[in-house]
Amino acid sequence: MTRQADLLVLGAGPAGTEAALAASEAGLDVVLIDEQADAGGQGWRAPLSGLTLPRKGPDAEAGDALRARLAASRVDRRFGRRVWSIGGAFRLDAAGPDGPEAYQAPRLIAATGAHERVVPFPGWTLPGVIGLAGATVLLKAQAVLPGRRVVVAGSGPLLFAVAAGIIAKGGEVAAIVDMDNRLAWAKRLPGLARRFDLLKEGLGWTWSILGARVPFLAGYGVRRATGETELSSVIVGPVDANGAPADGTERSFDCDALAVGHGLVPGGEVPKILRADHFYDRLRGGFIPELDPFGRTTIENLYACGDGTGIRGARPSAAAGRLAGLAAAYDAERLDERTFDALAALSLKALADYRPFADTVAAAMALRPAQVAAITPETIVCRCEDVTRAEIDAAVDAGAGDINQMKHFTRCGMGPCQGRMCGDVAAELVAQRRGVPRDEVGFWTQRVPLRPVPFDTMIGTFDYADIPIPPPAPL
Amino acid sequence: MSTAPTYDLGVIGGGVVGSTLALFAQRGGLKTAIIDRGPLCREASGVNAGTLTLQMTRVALIPHAMRAHAMWASAREWLGHDVGVVVCDGLSLAFTEREAALLEERAGKRRAAGAPITIVSRDEALRVEPGISDKILMAGHCVVDGYANAYLTGQAFRAALIEAGVAVMENRPVKGLERTDKGFVAETAEGPVTFRRVVLAGGVWIEPMMAWLGVHLPIKVLVNQLTVTERIRPVMRTVVGIASGLLSLKQYPHGTVVIGGGWQGLGDRERGGVELVPERLVGNIRLACHAIPELAGARLARGWAGLEAETADALPAAGPIPGIPDAYVCGSIHSGYTSGPSIARSLADVILGREPDLPLFPIDRLLKAATP
Ligand SMILES: Cc1cc2nc3c(=O)[nH]c(=O)nc-3n(C[C@H](O)[C@H](O)[C@H](O)COP(=O)(O)OP(=O)(O)OC[C@H]3O[C@@H](n4cnc5c(N)ncnc54)[C@H](O)[C@@H]3O)c2cc1C
Ligand SMILES: Cc1cc2nc3c(=O)[nH]c(=O)nc-3n(C[C@H](O)[C@H](O)[C@H](O)COP(=O)(O)OP(=O)(O)OC[C@H]3O[C@@H](n4cnc5c(N)ncnc54)[C@H](O)[C@@H]3O)c2cc1C
Repeated sequence: MTRQADLLVLGAGPAGTEAALAASEAGLDVVLIDEQADAGGQGWRAPLSGLTLPRKGPDAEAGDALRARLAASRVDRRFGRRVWSIGGAFRLDAAGPDGPEAYQAPRLIAATGAHERVVPFPGWTLPGVIGLAGATVLLKAQAVLPGRRVVVAGSGPLLFAVAAGIIAKGGEVAAIVDMDNRLAWAKRLPGLARRFDLLKEGLGWTWSILGARVPFLAGYGVRRATGETELSSVIVGPVDANGAPADGTERSFDCDALAVGHGLVPGGEVPKILRADHFYDRLRGGFIPELDPFGRTTIENLYACGDGTGIRGARPSAAAGRLAGLAAAYDAERLDERTFDALAALSLKALADYRPFADTVAAAMALRPAQVAAITPETIVCRCEDVTRAEIDAAVDAGAGDINQMKHFTRCGMGPCQGRMCGDVAAELVAQRRGVPRDEVGFWTQRVPLRPVPFDTMIGTFDYADIPIPPPAPL
Repeated sequence: MSTAPTYDLGVIGGGVVGSTLALFAQRGGLKTAIIDRGPLCREASGVNAGTLTLQMTRVALIPHAMRAHAMWASAREWLGHDVGVVVCDGLSLAFTEREAALLEERAGKRRAAGAPITIVSRDEALRVEPGISDKILMAGHCVVDGYANAYLTGQAFRAALIEAGVAVMENRPVKGLERTDKGFVAETAEGPVTFRRVVLAGGVWIEPMMAWLGVHLPIKVLVNQLTVTERIRPVMRTVVGIASGLLSLKQYPHGTVVIGGGWQGLGDRERGGVELVPERLVGNIRLACHAIPELAGARLARGWAGLEAETADALPAAGPIPGIPDAYVCGSIHSGYTSGPSIARSLADVILGREPDLPLFPIDRLLKAATP
């Protein structure tokens, strides 16, 4: 049976949850769907049930507050549902705990968050190498350390969040390797200081890192990871401001884990499937939907908010979520113009307040073209299908002009992750090889499923006679 | 005013049909240009299920399908580039009495047309393909079956066409076609392209292409859904279908399983395959898992829809365009990935002034019905 509602919200991170709350408070019948066990998304993730973690820190508090408000609301919460299909006007199909489920509503808010980006280097496919964002998930939801002795490397604030998280849980950080040098961060201070509360959080991380006397290499990047069957050491070297390897001494750190990440890529599958208009924005992490200030896409009654619409971080995502929820309620004629304007003004202001901070952080996480240019030919770019940089270059030379044709030529992006991991870097490689702007090589054509889903959960139990087999073609 | 034609032949539409035609025409001595609005073979010819099967081929196409199967099997020799062709057995399953009757009737007619299809018992079928469900009653068995990797088609043809000397014009939509006293002028944003003869090989876009010449040929648009699993350990080695033809299933050497059978999604000629219908996708996958039970443990990696063309009588449109000298049409071939190369080759023969060794499908029959 299909659950009918006024509004469907996909994704219960800060963006989706706030959107659902705002729309529900305005009187809409809202269904909020997420594959996780509770609301909070990636940043404000709830710990796995049964785990009693020391609950402290602003993320945990913000997440708990959000979950409490959601629990007290009328929002119909559907957790543990992996949505695999999105149809026009608007239908979601999900694999749920008891089998297939369908939801339908005239309005949809997409709040599916981001994916992480790792710019490949030799050895990044070794067991023991994990993403920075993935490491935050281990630390937050499962209180698990990525390894006994961890090198934390890459760019952006997650670097410090992960290092501080490891230290707080009693783990050893072998080194922190930040692509940005100290000058880059100094230049960012004015932007960061615009949100003193968030800056303070960052300073807290730095404090605990300093206290642990962890070697901190600023202006360094990972050159390669080595090991026989699993990771045993990480070799790092200086990089310039654009991320390209620079002259200088390499250093090696023995470790059993490397948490590495180079920012986030918006997970905008839904607006892409529904063919909303998109544009490329390097600062925001990739191709993002065209939105009005309230999160309306170019498709009627389709709204999008949060990191899936461009990387901004959890708090701005929450504000953008409220705006999308209010807009959905207003468009459904549940809010009059004055109430809408008054409510929206608060979130618009919050969003504007966060902007300098968010832009500063986003800049630290944006893709660095020179880093991509420096990927060596034999390095694997698509790890699902083992496609190397040399194969991508060869495909371009053989006439593959856009990212989808490159995929046909190489199988890059054809594996289970469907290019969610490698897509941004692969597209950059195609654009660089052709010497054209990123826009020209496009983005992967988006298709179902949104995530790989097991057939048995999709198809449930059935009788052969009940399969709606259409009439055969003429003989 | 008319400029001298630059090419002896212009092929508009670079799917498997247009590409094969251009290749044989050029090798036959005609200076040929192929123009596609996108990259070569990225519509039906690049997104299809790649099944090279006689058990889904229309009876009238069996002779072409037999020859095309041999062409695909020897692609390395005449095409020179890999399309991942695997030749193997094929089984068409019957689970119910009704399907058994359908199977016997259809296999019989195809056999009469020259396809080496036999009906085998349940046990025999299980020997051919241990992966299939033991719930089957009987199966059609064909030793001339197999598949290609459709996504490699464009890469292979592109290289072959360039090596043969064909002028390959990709990402160049033709907006109109004008007839002059010397031939044809194709209008594109990058300027006109002129040729003495023309073939319209536009798949489902044959209808708007024919309109350029003032001919109305209705072409129905089918929106075929396909799904592919992530790589899994081997669960089957043959091509598996069912009696009604609404399943096509095989596992590629790298481990993915492609599930098709012509279940319909949403879309149109303007926007392409827009959306999959979840119930139909689930129906198709249920059927696949019923046929190969071990498939149920696999994960769906991706589903998509592509456009397949169909004429009023579901037979191809392949031959001269009546009333317009030097203009030809080629396409709308049911299971056209299998038979397309053979039909395109026959039309190339006609254009080269040779007698085709297999019959074409002139469109006079369709135009009579279409013009009031
Ligand atoms: C892996 C990862 C870890 C991160 N860790 C941190 C951190 O520790 N600290 C920090 O400040 N920021 C972190 N970030 C950044 C942070 O996620 C964002 O800034 C913030 O959470 C954005 O909020 P959002 O609501 O837009 O998206 P998210 O919080 O990502 O929420 C999106 C939600 O959508 C759900 N979803 C998506 N697709 C589907 C589907 N098909 N079916 C069902 N559910 C679906 C997801 O399960 C998720 O709960 C992380 C990002 C990632 C990708
Ligand atoms: C999902 C799916 C699964 C299938 N499975 C099988 C199968 O397993 N086995 C099988 O035998 N067959 C299968 N088929 C059928 C087969 O794919 C087609 O019959 C065959 O590919 C048609 O080839 P074509 O060259 O006629 O058309 P297309 O490949 O569609 O080529 C037409 C070309 O014309 C171009 N064009 C259109 N308009 C213009 C313009 N204005 N200017 C320039 N160029 C233009 C297009 O860009 C396109 O490249 C399947 C089809 C689909 C869609």
